[in-house]
Amino acid sequence: MSSYSAWDEKHAGEIIDGLKSVDGATLPILHALQDAFGHITERAIEMIADALNLSRADVHGVVSFYHDFRRELPGRYVLKLCRAEACQSMGADALAATAKSQLGVDWHGTSADGRVTLEPVFCLGLCSCAPAAMIDGKLVGRLDDTALAAAIKQARA
Amino acid sequence: MSIRICIPLDSAAVALGADDVAAALAREAAKRKVAVSIVRTGSHGMHWLEPLIEVGGVGFGPVTAADVPSLFDAAFKNHPLNIGRIADHPFMKAQTRLTFARCGNVDPTSFHEYQAAGGLNGIGAAIMVGPAQTRDTVLTSGLRGRGGAGFPTGIKWKTVAEAKGDTKYIVCNADEGDSGTYADRMLLEGDPFVLIEGMIIAGLAVGAAKGYVYIRSEYPDAIRTFSKAVAVAESSGLLGAAAGFEIDVRAGAGAYVCGEETSMLESLEGKRGQVRAKPPLPAHKGLFGRPTVINNLVSLATVPAILADGAEAYAALGMGRSRGTMPIQLAGNVKQGGLFETAFGLTLGEIVDEIGGGTASGRPVRAVQVGGPLGAYFPRSLFDTAFDYEAFAALDGLVGHGGVVVFDDTVDMARQARFALEFCALESCGKCTPCRIGSIRGAETMDKIIRGERVAANLALITDLCQTLKFGSLCALGGLTPYPVMSALKYFPEDFDRPRLVAAAD
Repeated sequence: MSSYSAWDEKHAGEIIDGLKSVDGATLPILHALQDAFGHITERAIEMIADALNLSRADVHGVVSFYHDFRRELPGRYVLKLCRAEACQSMGADALAATAKSQLGVDWHGTSADGRVTLEPVFCLGLCSCAPAAMIDGKLVGRLDDTALAAAIKQARA
Repeated sequence: MSIRICIPLDSAAVALGADDVAAALAREAAKRKVAVSIVRTGSHGMHWLEPLIEVGGVGFGPVTAADVPSLFDAAFKNHPLNIGRIADHPFMKAQTRLTFARCGNVDPTSFHEYQAAGGLNGIGAAIMVGPAQTRDTVLTSGLRGRGGAGFPTGIKWKTVAEAKGDTKYIVCNADEGDSGTYADRMLLEGDPFVLIEGMIIAGLAVGAAKGYVYIRSEYPDAIRTFSKAVAVAESSGLLGAAAGFEIDVRAGAGAYVCGEETSMLESLEGKRGQVRAKPPLPAHKGLFGRPTVINNLVSLATVPAILADGAEAYAALGMGRSRGTMPIQLAGNVKQGGLFETAFGLTLGEIVDEIGGGTASGRPVRAVQVGGPLGAYFPRSLFDTAFDYEAFAALDGLVGHGGVVVFDDTVDMARQARFALEFCALESCGKCTPCRIGSIRGAETMDKIIRGERVAANLALITDLCQTLKFGSLCALGGLTPYPVMSALKYFPEDFDRPRLVAAAD
């Protein structure tokens, strides 16, 4: 289960100060802020722009380019299902359809109870034990309907 | 005396329950008051046997936590899960392990075990012969970029060494985004010091004092293990300002295109991962505008063995212009999935049917995609193709990073072709028009074909579009997406005409 701190401008400022002097600091800062707060707030973008002497548009452009960075908090659990070819060959598409219907969402959606966000991922490097998933940071190989249903049930309990 | 039990910390093993097994081993040992030392190693690469534990060289797998009491009962000897000595297993015996020699055999973050197993011999040789001779050794070994492009590593190093500049960089591309590949991940988790050693040698050879390792964020365990190894190397004096070479670990952020070298440089500089036009080459004007060596992780991790054993030993392996070994990664619907390091030259059929043992589902193999999402789909009729850069290129395919994804006869190749275009659309950096727009129009056109709309005309359109993508795109993402699409069309045309077949059957 993910537990993120509520937005705290002082803490965010400390994170940015700690990293702003490394070369190419934008991505390290964004990762650190997202790890702390679960998403990238509008205020965070302003603060990064100020600290790195960039425009807000520059920082926004970086945030929006990369699939990892979120602008909204995810559900309490994040279920990442691999959609890439090796997992497709072992039935990933059918698993994804099951997950979508059980959660009542499409990719990137969060179940109505706010518990689970469903994300696609293109390869976890577990291609020899497909289909693969990451359930709240925990890797799972040879995922099947039973294990998927159990994971979803546990997340929503 | 305590029993040394090795169990992988490799992500594939962990995804199959290795952590639970390790905990169960510790619990059971405590209960029985047996002295054990549980060592977390990398994986040997026999992933269908994971979690595979090792006691005194003998392997047991796949082990679940429930098997642990019976393993103790059998004193780790006669047990149904006993696979014999790991080194004697046919899958291991048939390999030529150079780059992966230590992977699975050592505690990855033990500097002592790394040295005891032959680590640092490459650096020793490089220091002894000096930078020019080091570059020459890499060049004559015939080592080519293991990321997929296959450019000779020695020439890249020479270009950077001769480039003017007071600051130069070594960038390791560990953005292993191709589906079906996990060699980089296995080394980062199983033998991280070999990459550190390779990067230090590269730094010595070209005059760089700083290296970056760009690891994809989808590999959190690899980032953790490698970062720990960097810290160990710093405290033991191998890395750091005083040692003359520093390494910074950077995480990607989910963009496939950042595996393209210039896009990676942009990302390292903190920007959107948009591809740069070449020239200038990164070797002349790379990271932060400085001369930069960008090598794939496997290339860099192979350098220590080349320096230690000599260029000739490496060049003696392989075929044609593909010298040395390649870690082949068997993936997807395959019975014996795992990493198999071998000299170039095996046929695709030997790899899939003999080493891989056919499909996991037990159904016939119908298609094999080699080289990731931009690689061609091969039918059985091309199974005599040798695993070699040129042989694959001649068939409009690629060896890529060595991933081999197997599909059984339930695969719908029209859907696979559509997926290739959808993936290109999702991951396009947007800089060039053929890739940005062509991929979307291509996926839409494939939808029409799948629905049976004006199939012949739309297939002609797809073929034309693929020509535009191939010749008009700025980088390999748009430029190679035609490979999976056109190979699917060429070798599996029946899948593109299904609605009409169904209509005819009615």
